Amino acid sequence: MTDHRTIDLTVNGQRYSADVEPRTSLAELLRDKLDLTGTHVGCEHGVCGACTVLVDGDAVRACLMLAVQAAGREVMTAEGLAPSPEALHPVQAAFRNNHALQCGFCTPGMMMSVTAFLRDNPAPTETEVREAISGNICRCTGYQGIVAATLEAAAVLRGEIPAPPKQPKETAHGREATGRARSPR
Amino acid sequence: MGVRQLGARVHRVEDEALIRGQGNYVDDIKLPGMLHAAFLRADQAHAMIRSIDVDQARAMAGVHAVLTWADLPAPLQAQMVQTYPSPALVQDLRPTPLARDEVNHVGQCVAMVIADSRAIAEDALALIGVDYDTLPVVVDIRKAAEPGSPTAHKGAPDNIAARLPARWGDVNAAFDAAHATVQIADWHHRGGCHSMETRGVIAQMVPATDEITVWSSTQCPYLIRRALAWQFGLPETQIRVIAPDVGGGFGPKAGFYVEEIMVMEAARRLRRPVKWIEDRREHFVATNGQRDSYWALEAAVDTEGRITAVRGQAIGDQGAFTPYGLLLPFTMVAPLPGPYAIRNMDVELLVVHTNTTPNTPVRGAGRPNAAYAMERLIEAVARQTGLAPDEVRRRNFVPRDAFPYETGAKNRTGAPVVYDSGDFQGCLSKAMDLADVAGFAQRQQAARAQGRHIGIGFSSCIEDTGNPPYEGATVRVDASGTVFVETGAASQGQGHRTVIAQVVADELGVAFEDVRVVLGDTARFPQGAGTVASRVGVNVGTATHAAAGEVRTKAIALAAQILEIAEENLELADGAVRARDNANAFVTLADLATRLSPLVGGSVPAGFAPILSATSYAAPKGMPHASGSNIAEVEVDLGTGDVKVLRYSVAHDCGTMMNPMIVDGQIIGGVVHGIGNALFEQMIYDDAGQPQTTNYGEYLLPLATEMPHIDIVHQITPSPTNPLGLKGAGEGGTIPAAAAIVAAIENALAEFGVVIDRYPVTPERLCEMIDAGAAHHAAE
Repeated sequence: MTDHRTIDLTVNGQRYSADVEPRTSLAELLRDKLDLTGTHVGCEHGVCGACTVLVDGDAVRACLMLAVQAAGREVMTAEGLAPSPEALHPVQAAFRNNHALQCGFCTPGMMMSVTAFLRDNPAPTETEVREAISGNICRCTGYQGIVAATLEAAAVLRGEIPAPPKQPKETAHGREATGRARSPR
Repeated sequence: MGVRQLGARVHRVEDEALIRGQGNYVDDIKLPGMLHAAFLRADQAHAMIRSIDVDQARAMAGVHAVLTWADLPAPLQAQMVQTYPSPALVQDLRPTPLARDEVNHVGQCVAMVIADSRAIAEDALALIGVDYDTLPVVVDIRKAAEPGSPTAHKGAPDNIAARLPARWGDVNAAFDAAHATVQIADWHHRGGCHSMETRGVIAQMVPATDEITVWSSTQCPYLIRRALAWQFGLPETQIRVIAPDVGGGFGPKAGFYVEEIMVMEAARRLRRPVKWIEDRREHFVATNGQRDSYWALEAAVDTEGRITAVRGQAIGDQGAFTPYGLLLPFTMVAPLPGPYAIRNMDVELLVVHTNTTPNTPVRGAGRPNAAYAMERLIEAVARQTGLAPDEVRRRNFVPRDAFPYETGAKNRTGAPVVYDSGDFQGCLSKAMDLADVAGFAQRQQAARAQGRHIGIGFSSCIEDTGNPPYEGATVRVDASGTVFVETGAASQGQGHRTVIAQVVADELGVAFEDVRVVLGDTARFPQGAGTVASRVGVNVGTATHAAAGEVRTKAIALAAQILEIAEENLELADGAVRARDNANAFVTLADLATRLSPLVGGSVPAGFAPILSATSYAAPKGMPHASGSNIAEVEVDLGTGDVKVLRYSVAHDCGTMMNPMIVDGQIIGGVVHGIGNALFEQMIYDDAGQPQTTNYGEYLLPLATEMPHIDIVHQITPSPTNPLGLKGAGEGGTIPAAAAIVAAIENALAEFGVVIDRYPVTPERLCEMIDAGAAHHAAE
């Protein structure tokens, strides 16, 4: 009933050949055929950004791009961010350090948008960060941790600050009973 | 003794997998031979089904089954079960799993297709023909409440689902003695769920054990297990429900849905795993939301600006059905006095059916509505008396020395509402310092000099949290010394595994990394209540603390025998029971666990069970009440009606914090949800009951560019209801936010006499009110 096309593409540095229907989206190809389920599908109409991946380095909605359009291209997904199973990409580490995720569903797409943005704008202002992630919806965090994470990752990528340790030294010992969280404006 | 974990900003154990793209959400699960389902949904808001033609769809290649109501076994031809029955429910209307002969809202399930792929299933939906006879439709809740209104259900006497009172004291006497009265009349609109992960269900038969496993993107796996058991007439133990990683819940994922019934039925019928993943348009029309309520209230005020009584009526939308009892309506009236001491109250909530998607709680449930109503009255008193908004609040707050404080209200079980603890004055003062209220007049003057209109708005609230009956946990040390915790408290992003590990690490003196927490699987822990109403931290924190304490007691008792040292001279630290005064005298937890559970040939130490574990269902004694004051500062563009939130300050009191990083995350996310309610989110239906906002171009969610930086200060008033002093933190951001934004907009537009009577506050509506105010000015 439906015809199929065979396409070749590279995902996270690995070459794949896949048999797809012309109507198959890139998101479906990644999730269903290549078992890369880190790319999430939130709205299927290109607004929420959960499915954002990099195609030849650019942030793209994988729900709006057909798989056949990815033929011959290089795709990068959240699974491809970390340099090794032991290490994290600075964007990933910054997301963890800054509580930039809660349910984690928007997170892969958000991280891919941030990764592409920081490559193009390595020293952004908070306002620029907010504009850069305005195409990715997060219902949990209120975005504040994501903005902080993006600014931290930018500083790490610029080499201005070392990657923070996995867990800060701060503990409940000696903490005041009344805490205060306020960032400089 | 290691560093203390509880109360520290510990990074979450959940994050590692999620940031690597290795989460495990329902749609990520693939099973051999799995089929895919799609639902044909009603495209009419109210109609009788004359006929359904499924022949062409059944004949399509790749289609395994097409089901309608007539194809279902008897238990599934009945209404879906009521998970929260209530004697106050005068019309208990629930859908059948597939519509029988009447549809009552757009999106109701009419037929189900199961096929080789979702794409084929959706193709087949287009081949099903349904012939409808249209019936009169009711959408507007005030019309629905009128006698003689069209009814949302054919043959129903009216649209009334329930009348819920908030009634105490002597209201008439208070109004007779009043120095002044103020009135409000407001529409509230809370919007939908909009978790970034839509709902999803997989069901799989396990023939060897005659069990069925259901994966659902749910907040309440135990509720789903019970409801499925009731619906199918099966023992609960035959059904295993797993909530894997869940991409946000926010209330609507707490309920039982017909799709869960139908996916399980399909898997039983076809003897193959079946998956259904909701698409976003379905989410708009088929996932419960929380839409309209209308409040007309009057307050009696004394000469000091104190509210002595409140009376009036509210109308709340129930949507087409009542799948979730009256949990939402009860939360609209029970918290009504908010942080204020109001000794006389007579408010009735009329709960009405409409031909729209069912209403159930969305983050905060009815509490944001009750808070908004009270805050509107406070603002009205401030306008009437000329007192500052913070001063009116102070004069009306429950005093610091009045706790425990009985408000006069009754909760859904008929028990009196008691505030356990708090310091509302303190919270407001902290918020005012944080927001630099003292400097606002100067900021406003400077802005006006530039032609900008800025305003400031206050909102104070309470939140009943940690409600009963229980959550449970088993804490178990295995022979490796690793501590396992199993609990029924499923998580949708709140970091349950992290805070539970913090509690256990401290109590057992083990490293945080050596505690593993398993949750959300009915096969791993026997019973849970559900992740709703900011209740889990308090309940599971208390239960885990108690269970870990029992394990600690057992470990010390056994170690005392082994080391021949008195129990009072022993302590737990660094994974071992140690003598307080002798570094060389210790026995590790791993060793204790191994000795307790010997293999064949060994013997269990006398007086002990062969496992180092304990289970507790301990719960708080009474309801811990969180509280807070929020202050918003906004700028309004007179030309466009655009509202920009310049700064937002939160003073929050949730007692002792388990993990301040997670608490801050809950508050900030909650505030943004509330700002979305105030300014953006609106689920619109036309008069025919057709939804007009079914994508994210039409329905606006808060984006990073519109949201302010949110500043937080914590006040810590430990709750006396539980040993850790905990109060819930999940909704205290959302509850007060809309009222703070609306008050700030009014303050910015004070010279135009703008009094906002509905939210969300759209730019169009704001421009109309500014124009009307300016015209009024000119006429004077």
